[in-house]
Amino acid sequence: MFEQVFFIFVAVVTLGFALIVVTNKNLFHAALALMVTFLGVAITYVTLGAGFLAMAQLLVYIGAISILIIFGIMMTRRMMSADEEPFNSQAGLSLFTAVAFFLLVAYVFITYWPTTPADAMLAQMTPVDPAILNNSVVALGQAFVSPNAYVLPFEIASVMLLAALVGSIFIAKPRIQEDEA
Amino acid sequence: MDIMEMLKSVLELNLSGYLESIGAAPWVINLIGVLNLATACMLIVIFLIWLERKVIARMQDRIGPNRVGGKYGLLQSVADATKLLSKELITPAGVDWLPYNLAPILIVVASLLTWAVIPLAPGVIGVDLNIAVFFVLAISSISVVTFLLAGWGSNNKYALLGAFRAVAQMVSYEVPMIVALLIPILLARSMSTVDIVEAQGIPFIIVVPLSALIFFISALAETGRTPFDLLEADSEIVAGFHIEYSGMKFAMFFLAEFLGTLFMSAFFVVIYLGGYRFFGLEEAMIGDFHIGPMIGFIAFATKVFLVYFVFIWIRATLPRVRIDQLLNFNWKFLVPLSLVLLLTVAVMDKLFLADASTLTKAVVLMVTNIVVGWITIELLRWRNRDGETAVISESVDDAHGHNHDAHEAVATH
Repeated sequence: MFEQVFFIFVAVVTLGFALIVVTNKNLFHAALALMVTFLGVAITYVTLGAGFLAMAQLLVYIGAISILIIFGIMMTRRMMSADEEPFNSQAGLSLFTAVAFFLLVAYVFITYWPTTPADAMLAQMTPVDPAILNNSVVALGQAFVSPNAYVLPFEIASVMLLAALVGSIFIAKPRIQEDEA
Repeated sequence: MDIMEMLKSVLELNLSGYLESIGAAPWVINLIGVLNLATACMLIVIFLIWLERKVIARMQDRIGPNRVGGKYGLLQSVADATKLLSKELITPAGVDWLPYNLAPILIVVASLLTWAVIPLAPGVIGVDLNIAVFFVLAISSISVVTFLLAGWGSNNKYALLGAFRAVAQMVSYEVPMIVALLIPILLARSMSTVDIVEAQGIPFIIVVPLSALIFFISALAETGRTPFDLLEADSEIVAGFHIEYSGMKFAMFFLAEFLGTLFMSAFFVVIYLGGYRFFGLEEAMIGDFHIGPMIGFIAFATKVFLVYFVFIWIRATLPRVRIDQLLNFNWKFLVPLSLVLLLTVAVMDKLFLADASTLTKAVVLMVTNIVVGWITIELLRWRNRDGETAVISESVDDAHGHNHDAHEAVATH
């Protein structure tokens, strides 16, 4: 009972702030609302028992990505003076696309992964083994590097990140010769 | 008899056990614990401010506060706090109301939250998370956000510049800090603070001294203290991101800074100095009375204040670095060094020392650390001799470029 009330509260807050992100005229406030949305997602992870994921969400999304977005806004816009109009002429079109995409995803999920009715699901629900919960980090780490699990996606992701890192350094590098020429 | 039982449980640092035995609800026990810990942290800060002023004064051949509250000026900070409480809260024109008022609250909340995972004595810990170290890093990334809130909400270009500096500094120094922290995690095979303390039969500062040094430098920068106090450099940007705050709102930032420093000392003690461990005495018993937790707590507090003293010492003796030196030192020196150290320790630990005894392991790892440090110093010397400028004091021209950019960015607002 309490879990459900809590979940509904968190979900409403998350979605409400997500709505603020796209409707607020002040870009800085929109970025702050985005942070609250991320926080809501992190809290949802905690309620699911995924502590590591929740902390990663905090560290990466609030601590890094939101800061990056705010920096981007501050560097590129005259935000002290003007309000931005959040909608342009393509608002209707994007709404249509979003709804269509949602329907597609919902259709795929209902067709290929049919869920059992809620009552039946609650009846067959088993509590998570605390030993697994307490060792989730170890299990996660081993899954990342074990050849039977996710070592290939993990390595591909790290190569991609490395490439992005090298690329950003290359872009940020001062071009002295060009300045002198 | 009941009161005696309670007193005994307090002395054993096991009040929650007593409360449980008289049938208190778990949430009541948790609430009492949270209130105790938070209040104690904030009260200690009052003492820390006095300590800091007194120690720095002594180091600079002054007397320091000596009038209020008896012989040593002990109540000086209490008087200051009372004065701050009674001051008017001035809200400057054109502030962004929500960020401006949210920042001082959030920053104190963030500094208090991290205390939940510090083991104060055997069995005395807010919550023993299996991701405690990660939790600390995640929470401290929230305090970065509050700097931006304060700087932007204040509608002041000095505040905004200070916030930019603070964010650049904290985001940068988070990297070597995380990498340095990975080394004790690797050795303890766990991210839980309790497991890390239990793994330190030999304190990690002896096993991996270089990692401890990197962490300490990063901690100095993370808390924004001298020589890395650029976020409030009075001679350049007046007071940084909290320039527009007065009265209690300013006091909140001040409180958060001291809480952060005290926390970093405690965290350093937990990760590198063995936390509450004191030659096994932390498990001691007299009859049926557990004296151990008290000894452990005293040992922990002593170590924390020793580390805190080093923080004060550095503040009193080192000058402030420049912003370009700060960032160059981080990205071109600390980050590569910490990465190399992490790789070296990981390879040594997994490949060569897998079956070694604890003592051999410690000695070999310590020697490895010293060798890595020595090679680094030799490399720096070699670079200097080659006619190139040293990494740390590089590119004055670069600095001018950066400053120029920063001014332009502010001017466009």
